[in-house]
Amino acid sequence: MPEEKLYRVALREALGEEMERDDTVYLIGEDIGKFGGAYRVTDGLLDKFGAERVVDAPIAEEVIVGTAIGSAMLGLRPVVEMMTINFSLVAYDQIVNNAAKIRYMFGGEANVPLVIRMPGGAGHQLSAQHSHSLEVLYGLIPGLLVVAPTTPEDAKGMLKSAIRTNNPVMFLESMSLYNVRGMVPDGDYTTPLGQAAVRRKGADLTIVGVSRMAVLANEAAKQLEEEDIDVEVIDLRSIRPIDWPPIVESVNRTTRCMVVEEGWATYGVTAEIAAGVQERCFDYLDAPIRRLGGAQVPMPYSLPLEKASIPTSEDIKRMARKVVGRKTDA
Amino acid sequence: MVASVKPPTAPPHPTKITPKMLELTKENRDFLLKLHRQMQFIRRFEERTQEQYTKAKIGGYCHLNIGEEATVVGGILPLQLTDYIFTSYREHGHAIARGIDPKAVMAELFGKENGTSHGRGGSMHMFDSDLRFMGGYGIVGGHLPLATGGGWAVRYKKEKDVVFCMFGDGATNIGAFHESLNFSKVFKLPVVWFCVNNRYGMGTPVEAASAVADIYKKACAYDMESIQIDGMNVREVLLKTSEIVEKTRADSEPRFIEALCYRFKGHSVVDPDKYRSTEDKEKFRKADPIVAFEHELEKAKLADEEYFKKVRMEVDAEVQDIIKYADESPEPKVADLYKYVYADEWEERPELHGDPL
Ligand SMILES: Cc1ncc(C[n+]2csc(CCOP(=O)(O)OP(=O)(O)O)c2C)c(N)n1
Ligand SMILES: [Mg+2]
Repeated sequence: MPEEKLYRVALREALGEEMERDDTVYLIGEDIGKFGGAYRVTDGLLDKFGAERVVDAPIAEEVIVGTAIGSAMLGLRPVVEMMTINFSLVAYDQIVNNAAKIRYMFGGEANVPLVIRMPGGAGHQLSAQHSHSLEVLYGLIPGLLVVAPTTPEDAKGMLKSAIRTNNPVMFLESMSLYNVRGMVPDGDYTTPLGQAAVRRKGADLTIVGVSRMAVLANEAAKQLEEEDIDVEVIDLRSIRPIDWPPIVESVNRTTRCMVVEEGWATYGVTAEIAAGVQERCFDYLDAPIRRLGGAQVPMPYSLPLEKASIPTSEDIKRMARKVVGRKTDA
Repeated sequence: MVASVKPPTAPPHPTKITPKMLELTKENRDFLLKLHRQMQFIRRFEERTQEQYTKAKIGGYCHLNIGEEATVVGGILPLQLTDYIFTSYREHGHAIARGIDPKAVMAELFGKENGTSHGRGGSMHMFDSDLRFMGGYGIVGGHLPLATGGGWAVRYKKEKDVVFCMFGDGATNIGAFHESLNFSKVFKLPVVWFCVNNRYGMGTPVEAASAVADIYKKACAYDMESIQIDGMNVREVLLKTSEIVEKTRADSEPRFIEALCYRFKGHSVVDPDKYRSTEDKEKFRKADPIVAFEHELEKAKLADEEYFKKVRMEVDAEVQDIIKYADESPEPKVADLYKYVYADEWEERPELHGDPL
């Protein structure tokens, strides 16, 4: 029987099952073993698989990621946990210059089957250096696959796919989703990478949401129903590549589009989606495509300031009304 | 591996190096002359590479091993063919000494499809998975974490291979160096860190960039056995490297070697090299590792000037053939521009190419 599970538990199951299935899979990161992981995703795996396969590494992101890449070139399948996405900047050179380029610059003579999991997002008063949505920094890079699952089912299924592909995958989790519950299918299933998911059918407006913003868009859509606005919600899920067909099909039908991300919209993932929709759906559009992103400031600590910096379902509703031409003060 | 026929100057097959083998005796003549020929071959290969660069047959950055041949041959030959090498962008000689067909190396320099990396990498990115030559890398220090990962994989698979990581003096000042040494020691990884100290990082002398000018001492911070050797003396490099590599194979402890040498040319082929004094250049020219080895061989009556001349002519003829091969080789097809970005089913996905609609 499929069961309701926490997002973090779904991830843990994916890791454990893949480690059982394939002994070249190992985990490496800071405090993922004895401590159980900063967000408890890897809790219990050290006892089960031992210190050779659940590696508590020194606080040295560059060599952690480099070690994972080098070992992947020699046939292992490492899954790195960055304590949070913020620290991945320290390893950005390894990710961009090595993980993403090795296969190409050596003419296909090497593969890098690597997964880097990292929690991102804001909303916990962690302030400027610990609250980032950097999807775009990875989405930019040819050679990487980049995904951001939002449900426990996808978290498990996509992590399994990420571990099994021979490409480097940036697996973007959201700190705010770890405690979300959802149905998780039984047994060994995978969810394909590279596919968006239509979360809700609608006729008036298409909202494309990135990571947690897809969840908020769904909430907003439910509430907008009462105002007689029928919203279609697409969970982007895959940031690289972008799965255009369902987005294009939807926008051509609803003739209106809005894109939401937690990160900064200027040069953001939403900018890319908006540009792509405009190129593909221009003749069908009845309104300008609108983008909603986080406030363009280093994340403030103060609770009211932080709240004002992250898009809410109210913000989504407000912009949605504008796009469909309703009064904005409703 | 792509190019087919092995040329006559293949590196002497890797063996366990013993002090006896390196003695200047008649019994060892064959091996010693092969060593000499290999160094001379790499020297000539690099000189002709420079020439082809000025003819615009080779583009981009191009860093030569001229002057460093003793570290190249002496560092790489003690390795078993099952050992792994990660190295920097100054690696044409490293690739050749490892046994990669020099034709494939030159073809890569010419940007051709049958180069080691199918023309996608160029001078700085030679690769050969069969020979476990895990690549030349262009970010200073950026490949040290990869070598750490190589060591990790060897240990994980419980194999007995050694990972040999080559880098310059300049690379010892970047964070990745320190992270990698620390990590390799903490987890007892079978990595030999081999620093080619040619005394300069581009135009900056070691003393101006490193708080510790004796680079081998830096490894002490990570409680690692570390030695400094004469990188102009091929026999010394071979012997000391072999000892260190075999110790590491036996106990899976990382170790460090600093080989002191000097590059005879600019940092890259376009560098006018104005920052080094003429006295220094002359001093080190006198210690030319090939000439020094020739003197030893001559003194021991194992070869004479006539022989050396013959070798120079022969290797030059080989290199000329190699250049001809590279020149006549096919360019990669533009239709294959996106090939190799992704593996497996992702290789041919247009949405990953940002294709026009
Ligand atoms: C991270 C980084 N910074 C700067 C450069 C530019 N650069 C290329 S080679 C080089 C000097 C490196 O010196 P060293 O490590 O001693 O190696 P050598 O060239 O002497 O063999 C520099 C600064 C680079 N490639 N990577
Ligand atoms: Mg140097």
